[in-house]
Amino acid sequence: MSESRYPAGRRLTRRGLLAGGAVAAAAAACAPVSAVPDAAGHASTGQTPLPGGTAVEPFHGVHQAGVATSPQTFAVFAGFDLRPGSDRTALARLMRLLTDDARRLTRGEPALADTDAELALLPARLTVTFGFGAGLFEAAGSRHLAPRLLPAFKVDALQPRWSGGDLLVQVCADDRVTLAHALRVLVRDIRSFASVRWTQHGFRQSPQVRAPGTTQRNLMGQLDGTVNPGPGSADFDRAVWVRDGWLRGGTTLVLRRIRMDLEKWDAADRAAKEFSVGRRLNTGAPLTGRAETDEPDFAALGPSGLPVISEYAHIRRARVADPGMRILRRAYNYEDGLSPEGRPDAGLLFASYQADVARQFVPIQQRLAEVDLLNQWITPIGSAVFAIPPGCAPDGWIGETLLS
Amino acid sequence: MTIMTVNRMLPAVLAALLAAGACATPSGTPSGAPAATPAATPAAAQAPASAATPLSISDPWVKTARSGMSAAFATLVNTTGEEVTVVAASTPVSPSVELHEVVGDGGATTMRRKQGGVVIPAGGRHVLQPGGDHIMLMNVRTAIEPGAEVPFTLTLKDGRTVSFTAVAKDFAGANESYAPHE
Repeated sequence: MSESRYPAGRRLTRRGLLAGGAVAAAAAACAPVSAVPDAAGHASTGQTPLPGGTAVEPFHGVHQAGVATSPQTFAVFAGFDLRPGSDRTALARLMRLLTDDARRLTRGEPALADTDAELALLPARLTVTFGFGAGLFEAAGSRHLAPRLLPAFKVDALQPRWSGGDLLVQVCADDRVTLAHALRVLVRDIRSFASVRWTQHGFRQSPQVRAPGTTQRNLMGQLDGTVNPGPGSADFDRAVWVRDGWLRGGTTLVLRRIRMDLEKWDAADRAAKEFSVGRRLNTGAPLTGRAETDEPDFAALGPSGLPVISEYAHIRRARVADPGMRILRRAYNYEDGLSPEGRPDAGLLFASYQADVARQFVPIQQRLAEVDLLNQWITPIGSAVFAIPPGCAPDGWIGETLLS
Repeated sequence: MTIMTVNRMLPAVLAALLAAGACATPSGTPSGAPAATPAATPAAAQAPASAATPLSISDPWVKTARSGMSAAFATLVNTTGEEVTVVAASTPVSPSVELHEVVGDGGATTMRRKQGGVVIPAGGRHVLQPGGDHIMLMNVRTAIEPGAEVPFTLTLKDGRTVSFTAVAKDFAGANESYAPHE
């Protein structure tokens, strides 16, 4: 342990003090009574926290958090490739470590060995959700339990840099700093077992801007997620949660990175945009209705005798009659900067959760890939499938039903 | 007790204490002190105290290492009404284990053997942490893999022992230079 030594002669100056971790500790002693110390009593927010910062989403339970959870403002999806040697035993060690990190961070406490404890104190509804890709099942010697890969869809222009992955970590929070810290803590424990394949950051309209439970707008201006199963309903449970086997209480995630050609979208007029989707842009109402939640009338004909909602409109093509067979869309927008010409690299991180990928997601995507007027403006450029294991009890760990 | 504690603190924390003193908190005990403060809330303990275990150990972890040196950390909570002194520690993964402290020396920090062991006041707690008191593994013989659960045993002054299991974490810090001659 002699590989590094603090520079000799570095004096305790006021500046050094401010740069060090001492300030927070000092602040704790001066701070108002509402400051939050951690379990060991030596970290503090340094100021009075607001309810949005201290809000906690429960970590333990039958299901992992981050699926039925009302979507937080920010998300990062990180995909990892397992290193050679990350076998079943190693994976159990990894998942125990990650569960412990997530358990602590989501309740606003620093993880073990967390060197920036103050960054953990405002969980801001942090959730950490783990997913297992096909390669993890292979490594664990459980290939027969692996989720099936998607068929190729003709609209796909998939790039390896946004596709696949053996392990998924999905982190969501209403604060971007909290998110960054949580991801860093988790990745520090993952690095020995796996390398990073991709990192995808997303954002939504925040609960401070748009009431929780209402539909957000995507970057094409559409209300996105109207026909979603409602958490807590029987339809939701049937659509989302797996009911038997090792994955009981879990679900599956299909994560599609869908690029939007916003320049081309700019060139379309409003009527064409609404016709392609089958909904009004302002209210999100179907073209045959007045309110967002009105049932579309797919039989209604216009003055010319043609359907009001086109045969090729997105909502007709995506329609699933049985609510228990729908998918849960928990999408996040992405916007990764501008080209020199000012074109945004933007789109949607389309996160779809369902009990059964083959029976629920695939048929919808096949219909959309065949015909959907929206395809003029959107292109899937990334795709990955993960099993999302069930949640765990306070003395358990995520993945135990597969790996223990 | 507080004065004794300050004497063996690393500079940053010492500074915090001084800074805390400057803002004249009504309570005598700075909440930033990592060592020997009364346990406000009993931490979730991996090794719950019983009549036979005067210490409860919470949040134990050990730095991963293939060989050579490593260090283990935890919060020690004294559940008794008497002062408890830890005089030795052991683990199967390293034949040689010492209790260490980190001391400031003109701005640089050095770790060395802690004379007299680690004292936990009655009903109080003591945090073993990077940059502070810790359990030093001098010669790791069995690689400590990330996520491994490593058994430790603490020996108290009166001969009693307390066992716990520390989880192994990759960690960049805890690289203080060692001064065995001190």
